[in-house]
Amino acid sequence: MQPLSSSLPPRPEALSVGPVRLKPSWVIAALIFAVGAAMCGVMVGAVSIGPGGVILELLDHVPGVDIDSGLSATRQAIVWDIRLPRVILGLMVGAMLATSGAAYQGVFRNPLADPFLLGIAAGAGLGATMSIVLGVGDGVGLADPVPIMAFMGAGLAVGLTLLVSGSISGKGTSSTLLLAGVAVAAFFTALQTYVQSREVEQLREVYSWLLGRLSGASWDEVSLLLPYLVVSVGVMFWSRRALDVLAVGEDEARTLGIDPARLRWVVVLAASLAAASAVAVTGLIGFVGIIVPHVVRLMVGPSNRVVMPLSFFVGAGFLVLADLVARTVQSPAELPIGVVTAFFGAPFFLLVLRTRDVGTGV
Amino acid sequence: MRKSFALLLLVALVAAACGGDDEAAVATGVADEPTATPAVQEASEVDDGDSTDSSGEAAEPNASTDEAFPVTVAQGLGELTLDAAPVRIVSLSPTATEMLFAIGAGDQVIAVDNQSNYPPEAPMTGLAAFTPNVEAIIGFEPDLVISSGLPDDIEAGLGAAGIATMSLFAASSLDDVYSQIETLGAATGHLGDAVELVGTMQADLAAILDEVVARETPVTFFHELDPSPYSVTSVTFVGQVYALAGLENIADEGDPGGSGYPLLSVEYILEKDPDLIFLADTKCCGENAGTIAVRAGWGELNAVQNGNVIELDDDVASRWGPRVVDLLRTVVDATTVVELAPAA
Repeated sequence: MQPLSSSLPPRPEALSVGPVRLKPSWVIAALIFAVGAAMCGVMVGAVSIGPGGVILELLDHVPGVDIDSGLSATRQAIVWDIRLPRVILGLMVGAMLATSGAAYQGVFRNPLADPFLLGIAAGAGLGATMSIVLGVGDGVGLADPVPIMAFMGAGLAVGLTLLVSGSISGKGTSSTLLLAGVAVAAFFTALQTYVQSREVEQLREVYSWLLGRLSGASWDEVSLLLPYLVVSVGVMFWSRRALDVLAVGEDEARTLGIDPARLRWVVVLAASLAAASAVAVTGLIGFVGIIVPHVVRLMVGPSNRVVMPLSFFVGAGFLVLADLVARTVQSPAELPIGVVTAFFGAPFFLLVLRTRDVGTGV
Repeated sequence: MRKSFALLLLVALVAAACGGDDEAAVATGVADEPTATPAVQEASEVDDGDSTDSSGEAAEPNASTDEAFPVTVAQGLGELTLDAAPVRIVSLSPTATEMLFAIGAGDQVIAVDNQSNYPPEAPMTGLAAFTPNVEAIIGFEPDLVISSGLPDDIEAGLGAAGIATMSLFAASSLDDVYSQIETLGAATGHLGDAVELVGTMQADLAAILDEVVARETPVTFFHELDPSPYSVTSVTFVGQVYALAGLENIADEGDPGGSGYPLLSVEYILEKDPDLIFLADTKCCGENAGTIAVRAGWGELNAVQNGNVIELDDDVASRWGPRVVDLLRTVVDATTVVELAPAA
C-alpha cells in the first residue's frame, strides 16, 4: 500500500521541473568557462612564460607535430610536466566533485548535501593517515599507496553508512542515511585524529594531505583518475532524467518503469565513487561540491538534467581558477587550495542560505 | 538485542575511561621506579632498552654540580629561581634534551618526551611533546620541567603542584643557542661545562667557516621541509646556518607573508634550478635523492644531475642544539663539492 500523500498532486515547485531542457547555449557558455579557465591555468604561473612559447610547447606534444617552442628543457618541463597535468587534474577533480554534489543534492533533496556526506572525507582521511603513518611502501605515481588506502577508507566509510542506516535491506529513509553518514564520519574522524596524535612525526604530511592539494599533480594521477571519472560521471549523467522524474513523485516514476530505490542506490554509489576517487588523489578539497551546483541552480533552475552537466563544466573551471589563485596570489609561494575554495565558498554558502526560499529548488 | 549492544558500548566506554585512570595512577604510584611505569614501557617500543636503565640511575642525586645555589636565570617570559640543583628534570624539548646531555647534566634528567631521540641514552618516555598530560608529568615527581613553551593550562597545573618550569623558546639566532646552553648550565649546576661547550661550538663553527671560499656568484640552494614543498627562509634559525656559509636561499623571494616557512611553487623551484637541494624530510616523509629524481620535471635540475641532493637528518635540521655544528659541516662540505663541479 502506498501512503495517501503519494497520490496527491505533485508539489508546485516540482511542476517547473518538467519542461526544462538543456539549452545548447548554456552548455556552450559552461564549456567556454571551463576551457577559458584551463587556458588561463596553463598560461599563468609562478614562472612567467610567454603565451607563444606555451602554445608552441603544447602543439609540440600533439602527435605528428614537431615544433621547437624555443623554451629551455626546464621550461618545457614546467609547461608539460608541472602545469598542464595540474590544470587537467584540477578540471577532473572539480568536475567530479561538483557533479557528485549535484547528484547527492538531487537524490536527497537536501541543499546541504555534499560529496563528503556519507563519511567519504573522514574515511579517506583515515586511510591516508594510516598509509602515511604505517609507511606502507614509498612508491610514487601509480605505486603510491596513499591514494589507494584513502580510496579504500572512503569505500569502507560509505559501505558502513549504507549498512548501518538499513539502506541495504531497503528499510532506511533518506534522513536515516544522512544521520548515519554524520555518525560514521564522526567515528572515522575520531580514529583518524587518534592515529595522527600517536604519530606526531608524520603530522606535517598528514596535515598537508588533509588540506588538499593539486601541487603534486603529474600525468600519473591524471591517468589514475580518468577511468573513475568516465564511469562515475557516465552513470550520474545517465540517471539524471530519471532523477527529475523521481523529483515529481515516486508513483510517477514507477509508472514510467523507474524503481526509485534502485535509482537512488545507483546514483549514490556513482556519486560516492566520484568523490572518493577524486579525494583519494588530491586530498580533501571542500566546498566545490556544494557551491558549484547551487550556482548553477540559481542560474538555470533545479532540473537535474540541466544541473548535472553544467555543474560538471563549471566545477572543472572553478577548481582550476581557485588553484590559479592559490598558486599565484603570493607567487612564488602557494596557498593551500582548500583555503581558496573555502574563502570563496563559505561566503557564497551563506548567500545560498539567505536566498534558499526563492528557489535553489532541491 | 540492539539495546544490549548499546549497553555494552556504554560499559566499554566506562571501562576504557577507567583503564586510562588506572594507568595514570600507576604512573604516580611508582614514580620512584620509572622503569615500571607504562609510559616508559611504551618508550621502549620506540627506543632500545637503554632508556630504562639510564632513568633508573637518574633517580640518584648527582654530586658533580659545581655552582652555588640558589641561582636565578632568565627563561621564557620571566625569571626562575632555583634553591638547589635540580636532580629530577623532565625535558619536553628535544633540543633542551640534547643540550642537557651535552653539558653533562644528563644524569639529572629522569624523563624526556617521545621526540627526544638524541642522544640515545636519554630516558625517552611516552610523554607527548605537543600534547603533554599534566598528571603524567607530575607522576615522574620532577623538580624541574623544561620545555620549548608549554600550554598555559599545563604550566598552571605544574605550578599548582609546586614544580618549577623553564621555557626555552625556539632560537632565532646562534646567540640564542649559546645563551640557552648557558641558562641550562646555570640552572643545573653545570655552568662551567656549558661555557666550555659554547666555546667549543664557537671554535668549531669558526673553523668550518674558515674553509668557505668567497665566490663571485653565491651557491644557491633549496631546503625542503616536506614534499608539499614547504621550505625555510633566511629569517629562520636553520636558514641562518646556510647564510653563514654564504649560500643564497631561493625561498627568500618566496615568502611575501614573512612566515619564514613558505609553501613554494614547484615551477619556481625548477626555474631557479638551485645548485644544492637539502632534504629535511628524509625521516618524516621518506624522501631521498632517488625520490627527488623521479618527480616530474626535477630530473633536469643541476642539483639532481650533479648528485648535489643532500639528505639531512630531519632532527638535526630542525633543532637549535649543539648539533648545529654537524649541520654546518654538512652544508659547507656540500658547497665545496659544487665548487669542483663545472660551472653551469
